[in-house]
Amino acid sequence: MLAIAGTLPSEGFPIISGNITIDDDHLRIGNERVSINRGTAALMAAAIKTAETLGQPLPCGYLVGDIGRGKGSLNLYKYLTKQLPQSDFQTLTFHYLQPMIDWHEYLQQAINEMKERPTLIADAGFMYAAKMSGKASLYDLFTPDIGELAFLADEKAPHPFYTRGFILHDENRVPDLISRAYTHNNAAAFLLVKGRQDYLANREGVLETVDNPTEEALEAIGGTGDTLTGLVSALIDSGMAIKEAAVVAMKTNRLAGHYAKPTPATQVAEIIRHIPKALLEVLEKGG
Amino acid sequence: MSLFSFFKRKQEQGAPGNNGNADRGIMVFENTSEVIQAENVLKKEGWKIRVMGPPPEIQSGCDLIIEFPLIEELNIFRTLEKEGIPPLEMVPVTSPLLQPVDLFHIKDFGEHIMVRAANMKLTVEKTTGNIVNVSGGGCPDVPYLAYEMVGQTLTNAPSPREIGHTLCGYALQLAFEEVQRQCSP
Repeated sequence: MLAIAGTLPSEGFPIISGNITIDDDHLRIGNERVSINRGTAALMAAAIKTAETLGQPLPCGYLVGDIGRGKGSLNLYKYLTKQLPQSDFQTLTFHYLQPMIDWHEYLQQAINEMKERPTLIADAGFMYAAKMSGKASLYDLFTPDIGELAFLADEKAPHPFYTRGFILHDENRVPDLISRAYTHNNAAAFLLVKGRQDYLANREGVLETVDNPTEEALEAIGGTGDTLTGLVSALIDSGMAIKEAAVVAMKTNRLAGHYAKPTPATQVAEIIRHIPKALLEVLEKGG
Repeated sequence: MSLFSFFKRKQEQGAPGNNGNADRGIMVFENTSEVIQAENVLKKEGWKIRVMGPPPEIQSGCDLIIEFPLIEELNIFRTLEKEGIPPLEMVPVTSPLLQPVDLFHIKDFGEHIMVRAANMKLTVEKTTGNIVNVSGGGCPDVPYLAYEMVGQTLTNAPSPREIGHTLCGYALQLAFEEVQRQCSP
Protein backbone atom coordinates (compact mmCIF):
# COMPACT_ATOMS: atom_id res chain seq x y z
CA MET A 1 0.00 0.00 0.00
CA LEU A 2 1.03 3.61 -0.66
CA ALA A 3 1.25 6.13 2.19
CA ILE A 4 1.52 9.87 1.59
CA ALA A 5 2.69 12.32 4.25
CA GLY A 6 2.34 16.09 3.99
CA THR A 7 0.66 19.25 5.20
CA LEU A 8 -2.48 21.29 4.57
CA PRO A 9 -2.59 25.12 4.55
CA SER A 10 -4.60 25.44 7.77
CA GLU A 11 -2.92 26.23 11.06
CA GLY A 12 -5.15 24.40 13.51
CA PHE A 13 -5.70 21.25 11.45
CA PRO A 14 -4.86 18.25 13.68
CA ILE A 15 -2.92 15.17 12.58
CA ILE A 16 -5.22 12.83 10.73
CA SER A 17 -4.39 9.51 9.16
CA GLY A 18 -6.25 6.84 7.28
CA ASN A 19 -7.66 5.98 3.90
CA ILE A 20 -8.59 8.84 1.65
CA THR A 21 -11.41 9.20 -0.86
CA ILE A 22 -12.46 11.97 -3.24
CA ASP A 23 -15.77 13.77 -3.07
CA ASP A 24 -16.12 16.27 -5.96
CA ASP A 25 -13.11 18.59 -5.68
CA HIS A 26 -12.42 17.62 -2.07
CA LEU A 27 -10.53 14.89 -0.25
CA ARG A 28 -12.31 12.99 2.46
CA ILE A 29 -10.12 11.63 5.23
CA GLY A 30 -11.84 10.64 8.44
CA ASN A 31 -14.45 13.31 9.11
CA GLU A 32 -12.45 16.01 7.34
CA ARG A 33 -13.10 17.47 3.87
CA VAL A 34 -10.18 19.24 2.17
CA SER A 35 -9.93 21.21 -1.11
CA ILE A 36 -7.68 19.47 -3.65
CA ASN A 37 -6.59 22.62 -5.42
CA ARG A 38 -2.99 22.64 -4.27
CA GLY A 39 -0.14 21.02 -2.37
CA THR A 40 -0.31 17.62 -0.75
CA ALA A 41 -4.07 17.44 -1.27
CA ALA A 42 -3.52 17.69 -5.05
CA LEU A 43 -0.86 14.96 -4.87
CA MET A 44 -3.22 12.73 -2.92
CA ALA A 45 -6.10 13.36 -5.30
CA ALA A 46 -3.95 12.37 -8.29
CA ALA A 47 -2.79 9.22 -6.47
CA ILE A 48 -6.39 8.28 -5.65
CA LYS A 49 -7.56 8.80 -9.25
CA THR A 50 -4.65 6.63 -10.42
CA ALA A 51 -5.30 3.85 -7.89
CA GLU A 52 -9.03 3.86 -8.70
CA THR A 53 -8.32 3.61 -12.42
CA LEU A 54 -5.91 0.71 -11.87
CA GLY A 55 -8.25 -1.07 -9.44
CA GLN A 56 -5.63 -0.81 -6.70
CA PRO A 57 -6.15 -0.14 -2.96
CA LEU A 58 -6.55 3.55 -2.21
CA PRO A 59 -3.56 5.26 -0.54
CA CYS A 60 -3.28 6.02 3.14
CA GLY A 61 -2.73 9.65 4.13
CA TYR A 62 -0.88 11.30 7.01
CA LEU A 63 -1.83 14.97 7.10
CA VAL A 64 -1.44 17.91 9.43
CA GLY A 65 -2.08 21.65 9.22
CA ASP A 66 0.98 23.89 8.78
CA ILE A 67 1.18 27.37 7.27
CA GLY A 68 4.96 27.56 7.43
CA ARG A 69 5.56 27.96 11.14
CA GLY A 70 6.73 24.33 11.26
CA LYS A 71 4.78 23.24 14.34
CA GLY A 72 2.42 21.00 12.37
CA SER A 73 5.33 19.47 10.46
CA LEU A 74 7.22 18.82 13.69
CA ASN A 75 4.21 17.04 15.18
CA LEU A 76 3.82 14.92 12.05
CA TYR A 77 7.54 13.98 12.08
CA LYS A 78 7.12 12.84 15.70
CA TYR A 79 3.93 10.92 14.88
CA LEU A 80 5.49 9.17 11.88
CA THR A 81 8.59 8.08 13.78
CA LYS A 82 6.26 6.23 16.16
CA GLN A 83 3.88 4.85 13.54
CA LEU A 84 6.13 3.77 10.68
CA PRO A 85 8.05 0.95 12.42
CA GLN A 86 4.74 -0.91 12.89
CA SER A 87 3.50 -0.29 9.35
CA ASP A 88 3.98 -2.35 6.21
CA PHE A 89 3.65 0.19 3.40
CA GLN A 90 5.34 -0.75 0.13
CA THR A 91 5.66 2.85 -1.00
CA LEU A 92 6.15 6.02 1.04
CA THR A 93 5.83 9.49 -0.46
CA PHE A 94 6.88 12.54 1.57
CA HIS A 95 5.78 15.98 0.43
CA TYR A 96 5.17 19.47 1.89
CA LEU A 97 6.91 19.17 5.25
CA GLN A 98 9.09 21.83 6.84
CA PRO A 99 12.69 20.70 6.18
CA MET A 100 14.22 19.65 9.53
CA ILE A 101 17.48 17.75 9.36
CA ASP A 102 17.36 16.14 12.81
CA TRP A 103 13.80 14.90 12.29
CA HIS A 104 14.66 13.68 8.81
CA GLU A 105 17.30 11.53 10.51
CA TYR A 106 14.87 10.17 13.12
CA LEU A 107 12.40 9.35 10.38
CA GLN A 108 15.07 7.42 8.48
CA GLN A 109 15.77 5.43 11.64
CA ALA A 110 12.05 4.65 11.92
CA ILE A 111 11.96 3.52 8.28
CA ASN A 112 14.95 1.26 8.95
CA GLU A 113 12.87 -0.44 11.65
CA MET A 114 10.14 -1.40 9.18
CA LYS A 115 10.09 -5.10 8.29
CA GLU A 116 10.72 -4.34 4.63
CA ARG A 117 12.18 -1.11 3.35
CA PRO A 118 9.54 0.63 1.19
CA THR A 119 10.18 2.47 -2.04
CA LEU A 120 10.94 6.02 -0.90
CA ILE A 121 9.76 9.03 -2.90
CA ALA A 122 10.37 12.64 -1.88
CA ASP A 123 9.18 15.93 -3.30
CA ALA A 124 8.89 19.54 -2.07
CA GLY A 125 10.11 20.37 1.44
CA PHE A 126 10.95 16.82 2.37
CA MET A 127 13.17 16.51 -0.70
CA TYR A 128 14.95 19.67 0.50
CA ALA A 129 15.49 18.03 3.90
CA ALA A 130 16.89 14.88 2.26
CA LYS A 131 19.37 16.93 0.23
CA MET A 132 20.28 19.27 3.10
CA SER A 133 21.04 16.30 5.33
CA GLY A 134 23.33 14.74 2.73
CA LYS A 135 21.12 11.63 2.57
CA ALA A 136 19.58 12.00 -0.88
CA SER A 137 20.96 8.67 -2.03
CA LEU A 138 18.72 6.83 0.47
CA TYR A 139 15.75 7.67 -1.74
CA ASP A 140 14.46 5.86 -4.81
CA LEU A 141 12.90 8.84 -6.54
CA PHE A 142 12.94 12.64 -6.34
CA THR A 143 10.52 14.69 -8.45
CA PRO A 144 12.02 18.21 -8.75
CA ASP A 145 11.02 20.95 -11.15
CA ILE A 146 13.76 22.90 -12.95
CA GLY A 147 14.31 25.38 -10.10
CA GLU A 148 14.57 22.55 -7.59
CA LEU A 149 16.90 20.60 -9.88
CA ALA A 150 19.24 23.61 -9.91
CA PHE A 151 19.15 23.50 -6.09
CA LEU A 152 20.01 19.77 -6.10
CA ALA A 153 22.83 20.53 -8.52
CA ASP A 154 24.29 23.25 -6.28
CA GLU A 155 26.29 21.40 -3.65
CA LYS A 156 26.54 24.54 -1.52
CA ALA A 157 22.90 25.66 -1.48
CA PRO A 158 20.95 24.68 1.67
CA HIS A 159 17.67 25.82 0.04
CA PRO A 160 16.59 26.82 -3.52
CA PHE A 161 16.54 30.46 -2.31
CA TYR A 162 20.36 30.32 -2.15
CA THR A 163 21.04 28.57 -5.46
CA ARG A 164 24.02 30.25 -7.05
CA GLY A 165 23.47 32.32 -10.18
CA PHE A 166 25.91 30.49 -12.41
CA ILE A 167 23.95 27.29 -11.83
CA LEU A 168 20.57 28.99 -12.37
CA HIS A 169 21.97 30.24 -15.68
CA ASP A 170 22.38 26.60 -16.70
CA GLU A 171 18.70 25.79 -16.46
CA ASN A 172 18.41 25.21 -20.20
CA ARG A 173 20.98 22.44 -19.82
CA VAL A 174 19.00 20.00 -17.72
CA PRO A 175 21.29 16.99 -18.43
CA ASP A 176 24.25 18.97 -17.06
CA LEU A 177 22.35 19.86 -13.89
CA ILE A 178 21.31 16.22 -13.46
CA SER A 179 24.91 15.13 -13.85
CA ARG A 180 26.09 17.73 -11.32
CA ALA A 181 23.44 16.61 -8.78
CA TYR A 182 24.71 13.00 -9.04
CA THR A 183 28.36 14.05 -8.93
CA HIS A 184 27.79 15.60 -5.50
CA ASN A 185 25.48 12.77 -4.34
CA ASN A 186 22.52 15.08 -4.02
CA ALA A 187 20.07 13.01 -6.06
CA ALA A 188 17.90 9.95 -5.44
CA ALA A 189 18.41 6.73 -7.43
CA PHE A 190 16.04 8.20 -10.04
CA LEU A 191 15.19 11.82 -10.82
CA LEU A 192 11.93 12.72 -12.53
CA VAL A 193 12.37 16.33 -13.62
CA LYS A 194 9.21 18.26 -14.42
CA GLY A 195 9.34 20.99 -17.02
CA ARG A 196 8.68 22.04 -20.60
CA GLN A 197 10.21 18.67 -21.37
CA ASP A 198 10.04 16.01 -18.65
CA TYR A 199 13.16 13.94 -17.92
CA LEU A 200 13.75 10.63 -16.20
CA ALA A 201 17.37 10.15 -15.21
CA ASN A 202 19.64 8.12 -13.01
CA ARG A 203 23.35 8.22 -12.24
CA GLU A 204 24.09 6.99 -15.77
CA GLY A 205 22.34 9.98 -17.33
CA VAL A 206 19.02 10.76 -19.00
CA LEU A 207 16.96 7.60 -19.56
CA GLU A 208 13.77 9.01 -21.09
CA THR A 209 12.27 12.33 -22.10
CA VAL A 210 8.63 13.21 -22.75
CA ASP A 211 7.58 16.47 -24.40
CA ASN A 212 4.23 15.64 -25.95
CA PRO A 213 1.59 17.00 -25.74
CA THR A 214 3.01 20.43 -25.01
CA GLU A 215 0.84 22.93 -23.14
CA GLU A 216 2.88 26.01 -22.30
CA ALA A 217 0.30 27.14 -19.73
CA LEU A 218 0.93 24.13 -17.47
CA GLU A 219 4.15 25.68 -16.16
CA ALA A 220 2.14 28.44 -14.50
CA ILE A 221 -0.44 26.19 -12.86
CA GLY A 222 0.24 25.45 -9.20
CA GLY A 223 -0.02 21.74 -8.40
CA THR A 224 0.91 20.18 -11.76
CA GLY A 225 4.14 18.89 -10.20
CA ASP A 226 2.15 17.54 -7.26
CA THR A 227 -0.15 15.60 -9.58
CA LEU A 228 2.87 14.10 -11.35
CA THR A 229 4.30 12.93 -8.02
CA GLY A 230 0.90 11.48 -7.04
CA LEU A 231 0.64 9.64 -10.35
CA VAL A 232 4.11 8.13 -10.24
CA SER A 233 3.70 7.14 -6.56
CA ALA A 234 0.48 5.21 -7.23
CA LEU A 235 1.90 3.59 -10.37
CA ILE A 236 5.02 2.40 -8.52
CA ASP A 237 2.86 1.09 -5.70
CA SER A 238 0.80 -0.89 -8.24
CA GLY A 239 3.94 -2.92 -8.98
CA MET A 240 5.36 -1.07 -11.98
CA ALA A 241 9.13 -0.62 -12.14
CA ILE A 242 10.18 2.97 -11.41
CA LYS A 243 11.33 3.56 -14.99
CA GLU A 244 8.07 2.36 -16.52
CA ALA A 245 5.95 4.14 -13.90
CA ALA A 246 7.78 7.43 -14.49
CA VAL A 247 7.21 7.32 -18.25
CA VAL A 248 3.50 6.50 -17.83
CA ALA A 249 3.17 9.27 -15.22
CA MET A 250 4.91 11.89 -17.39
CA LYS A 251 2.71 11.07 -20.39
CA THR A 252 -0.50 10.90 -18.32
CA ASN A 253 0.11 14.18 -16.53
CA ARG A 254 0.76 16.00 -19.78
CA LEU A 255 -2.28 14.41 -21.47
CA ALA A 256 -4.58 15.22 -18.52
CA GLY A 257 -3.28 18.79 -18.73
CA HIS A 258 -3.99 18.85 -22.46
CA TYR A 259 -7.56 17.62 -21.95
CA ALA A 260 -8.17 20.43 -19.47
CA LYS A 261 -7.52 22.96 -22.28
CA PRO A 262 -5.44 24.98 -19.86
CA THR A 263 -4.76 28.69 -19.64
CA PRO A 264 -2.31 30.14 -17.10
CA ALA A 265 -5.37 30.77 -14.90
CA THR A 266 -6.57 27.14 -14.84
CA GLN A 267 -6.62 25.49 -11.39
CA VAL A 268 -5.16 22.02 -10.90
CA ALA A 269 -8.46 20.43 -9.80
CA GLU A 270 -9.57 20.79 -13.42
CA ILE A 271 -6.58 18.71 -14.57
CA ILE A 272 -7.05 16.03 -11.89
CA ARG A 273 -10.53 15.33 -13.30
CA HIS A 274 -8.94 14.19 -16.57
CA ILE A 275 -6.39 11.81 -15.05
CA PRO A 276 -8.48 8.59 -15.40
CA LYS A 277 -9.17 9.17 -19.10
CA ALA A 278 -5.56 10.16 -19.79
CA LEU A 279 -4.13 7.22 -17.84
CA LEU A 280 -6.29 4.67 -19.65
CA GLU A 281 -5.27 6.17 -22.99
CA VAL A 282 -1.56 6.02 -22.14
CA LEU A 283 -1.83 2.44 -20.86
CA GLU A 284 -3.79 1.33 -23.95
CA LYS A 285 -0.99 2.69 -26.13
CA GLY A 286 1.48 0.57 -24.19
CA GLY A 287 2.79 3.20 -21.74
CA MET B 1 35.04 -0.66 9.98
CA SER B 2 38.47 0.28 8.61
CA LEU B 3 39.69 3.86 8.66
CA PHE B 4 39.66 3.85 4.86
CA SER B 5 36.02 2.73 4.62
CA PHE B 6 35.05 5.33 7.23
CA PHE B 7 36.50 8.13 5.10
CA LYS B 8 34.97 6.60 1.98
CA ARG B 9 31.55 6.64 3.63
CA LYS B 10 32.03 10.25 4.62
CA GLN B 11 33.00 11.18 1.08
CA GLU B 12 29.99 9.37 -0.39
CA GLN B 13 27.54 11.50 1.57
CA GLY B 14 25.96 14.35 -0.32
CA ALA B 15 26.57 17.99 0.40
CA PRO B 16 25.98 20.29 2.19
CA GLY B 17 24.68 18.20 5.05
CA ASN B 18 27.85 16.36 6.02
CA ASN B 19 27.48 18.26 9.25
CA GLY B 20 24.14 18.42 10.96
CA ASN B 21 23.67 22.18 10.74
CA ALA B 22 22.82 22.68 7.08
CA ASP B 23 19.34 23.78 8.09
CA ARG B 24 20.72 26.57 10.30
CA GLY B 25 21.42 30.20 9.49
CA ILE B 26 23.45 33.00 11.09
CA MET B 27 22.20 36.49 11.99
CA VAL B 28 24.69 39.32 12.24
CA PHE B 29 23.92 42.45 14.28
CA GLU B 30 25.40 45.92 14.64
CA ASN B 31 26.31 45.50 18.33
CA THR B 32 26.14 43.10 21.27
CA SER B 33 23.21 44.91 22.83
CA GLU B 34 21.08 44.10 19.78
CA VAL B 35 22.19 40.45 19.94
CA ILE B 36 20.99 40.21 23.54
CA GLN B 37 17.68 41.92 22.73
CA ALA B 38 17.13 39.67 19.73
CA GLU B 39 17.98 36.57 21.75
CA ASN B 40 15.40 37.52 24.37
CA VAL B 41 12.69 38.23 21.79
CA LEU B 42 13.27 35.03 19.82
CA LYS B 43 13.55 32.76 22.86
CA LYS B 44 10.34 34.24 24.24
CA GLU B 45 8.64 33.38 20.94
CA GLY B 46 9.87 29.79 21.24
CA TRP B 47 12.49 29.67 18.48
CA LYS B 48 15.42 27.27 18.75
CA ILE B 49 18.35 29.68 18.58
CA ARG B 50 21.78 30.08 20.15
CA VAL B 51 24.29 32.90 20.55
CA MET B 52 27.85 32.17 19.46
CA GLY B 53 31.00 33.65 17.92
CA PRO B 54 31.00 34.48 14.22
CA PRO B 55 32.70 32.25 11.59
CA PRO B 56 35.79 33.73 9.85
CA GLU B 57 33.84 34.47 6.64
CA ILE B 58 31.66 37.03 8.46
CA GLN B 59 33.44 40.37 8.39
CA SER B 60 30.64 42.68 9.49
CA GLY B 61 28.81 43.27 12.75
CA CYS B 62 29.87 42.60 16.34
CA ASP B 63 31.63 39.68 18.05
CA LEU B 64 28.47 37.65 18.59
CA ILE B 65 26.00 36.14 16.15
CA ILE B 66 22.73 34.22 16.56
CA GLU B 67 22.25 30.82 14.96
CA PHE B 68 18.63 30.21 13.86
CA PRO B 69 16.48 27.79 11.76
CA LEU B 70 17.31 28.98 8.25
CA ILE B 71 14.00 27.94 6.69
CA GLU B 72 12.15 30.36 8.98
CA GLU B 73 14.25 33.34 7.91
CA LEU B 74 11.28 35.41 6.74
CA ASN B 75 9.25 34.91 9.91
CA ILE B 76 12.21 35.65 12.16
CA PHE B 77 13.23 38.74 10.20
CA ARG B 78 9.68 40.11 10.42
CA THR B 79 9.61 39.51 14.19
CA LEU B 80 12.91 41.35 14.74
CA GLU B 81 12.00 44.16 12.35
CA LYS B 82 8.82 44.72 14.36
CA GLU B 83 10.96 45.02 17.49
CA GLY B 84 13.23 47.55 15.78
CA ILE B 85 16.28 45.25 15.77
CA PRO B 86 16.54 43.86 12.21
CA PRO B 87 19.80 41.95 11.65
CA LEU B 88 22.46 43.32 9.32
CA GLU B 89 22.77 39.95 7.57
CA MET B 90 21.08 36.54 7.54
CA VAL B 91 23.14 33.82 5.85
CA PRO B 92 23.40 29.99 5.81
CA VAL B 93 25.76 28.48 8.42
CA THR B 94 27.30 26.10 5.91
CA SER B 95 28.13 28.78 3.32
CA PRO B 96 27.97 32.29 4.82
CA LEU B 97 28.99 33.89 1.54
CA LEU B 98 25.91 32.64 -0.36
CA GLN B 99 23.48 35.34 -1.45
CA PRO B 100 19.73 35.09 -2.09
CA VAL B 101 18.74 34.54 -5.72
CA ASP B 102 18.68 37.67 -7.85
CA LEU B 103 17.90 36.05 -11.18
CA PHE B 104 14.34 36.18 -12.48
CA HIS B 105 12.82 34.09 -15.26
CA ILE B 106 9.98 35.90 -16.99
CA LYS B 107 7.52 34.21 -19.32
CA ASP B 108 4.97 36.16 -21.35
CA PHE B 109 1.83 34.14 -22.09
CA GLY B 110 0.09 37.01 -23.91
CA GLU B 111 -2.75 37.83 -21.53
CA HIS B 112 -0.72 36.61 -18.56
CA ILE B 113 2.81 37.07 -17.29
CA MET B 114 4.71 34.64 -15.08
CA VAL B 115 7.74 35.52 -12.98
CA ARG B 116 9.92 32.89 -11.35
CA ALA B 117 12.40 33.54 -8.55
CA ALA B 118 14.37 30.43 -7.53
CA ASN B 119 11.71 27.77 -6.96
CA MET B 120 8.67 30.07 -6.83
CA LYS B 121 6.42 31.19 -9.69
CA LEU B 122 3.71 33.86 -9.67
CA THR B 123 1.34 34.40 -12.61
CA VAL B 124 -0.78 37.49 -13.15
CA GLU B 125 -3.41 38.58 -15.68
CA LYS B 126 -1.88 41.67 -17.28
CA THR B 127 -4.98 43.81 -17.80
CA THR B 128 -6.51 43.35 -14.34
CA GLY B 129 -3.45 42.58 -12.20
CA ASN B 130 -5.29 39.50 -10.91
CA ILE B 131 -3.04 36.83 -9.42
CA VAL B 132 -4.20 33.65 -11.16
CA ASN B 133 -1.66 31.07 -9.98
CA VAL B 134 1.17 30.49 -7.53
CA SER B 135 3.32 27.45 -8.21
CA GLY B 136 6.61 25.80 -7.28
CA GLY B 137 8.16 25.79 -3.82
CA GLY B 138 8.24 23.14 -1.16
CA CYS B 139 7.81 24.79 2.24
CA PRO B 140 4.42 24.44 3.93
CA ASP B 141 3.58 28.13 3.63
CA VAL B 142 3.43 27.85 -0.18
CA PRO B 143 -0.07 26.29 -0.36
CA TYR B 144 -1.13 28.80 2.32
CA LEU B 145 0.28 31.77 0.37
CA ALA B 146 -1.40 30.47 -2.80
CA TYR B 147 -4.70 30.18 -0.95
CA GLU B 148 -4.43 33.76 0.34
CA MET B 149 -3.13 35.40 -2.86
CA VAL B 150 -4.79 33.68 -5.84
CA GLY B 151 -7.89 35.59 -6.91
CA GLN B 152 -6.62 38.88 -5.46
CA THR B 153 -5.14 41.77 -7.42
CA LEU B 154 -1.50 42.80 -7.06
CA THR B 155 -2.58 45.87 -5.10
CA ASN B 156 -5.03 44.07 -2.78
CA ALA B 157 -3.19 40.81 -2.19
CA PRO B 158 -1.31 40.34 1.07
CA SER B 159 2.42 40.30 0.34
CA PRO B 160 4.41 37.15 1.12
CA ARG B 161 6.61 39.36 3.29
CA GLU B 162 3.59 39.99 5.55
CA ILE B 163 2.11 36.50 5.77
CA GLY B 164 4.83 34.09 4.63
CA HIS B 165 7.19 32.36 7.03
CA THR B 166 9.90 30.54 5.13
CA LEU B 167 12.59 30.94 2.48
CA CYS B 168 10.03 29.81 -0.14
CA GLY B 169 7.86 32.69 1.06
CA TYR B 170 10.87 34.98 0.70
CA ALA B 171 11.43 33.76 -2.88
CA LEU B 172 7.75 34.39 -3.64
CA GLN B 173 8.15 37.92 -2.25
CA LEU B 174 10.94 38.52 -4.77
CA ALA B 175 8.72 37.21 -7.60
CA PHE B 176 5.85 39.39 -6.28
CA GLU B 177 8.02 42.52 -6.35
CA GLU B 178 9.33 41.71 -9.82
CA VAL B 179 5.86 41.10 -11.26
CA GLN B 180 4.71 44.42 -9.74
CA ARG B 181 7.65 46.07 -11.47
CA GLN B 182 6.84 44.33 -14.76
CA CYS B 183 3.15 45.33 -14.57
CA SER B 184 3.69 48.94 -13.52
CA PRO B 185 2.97 51.52 -16.25
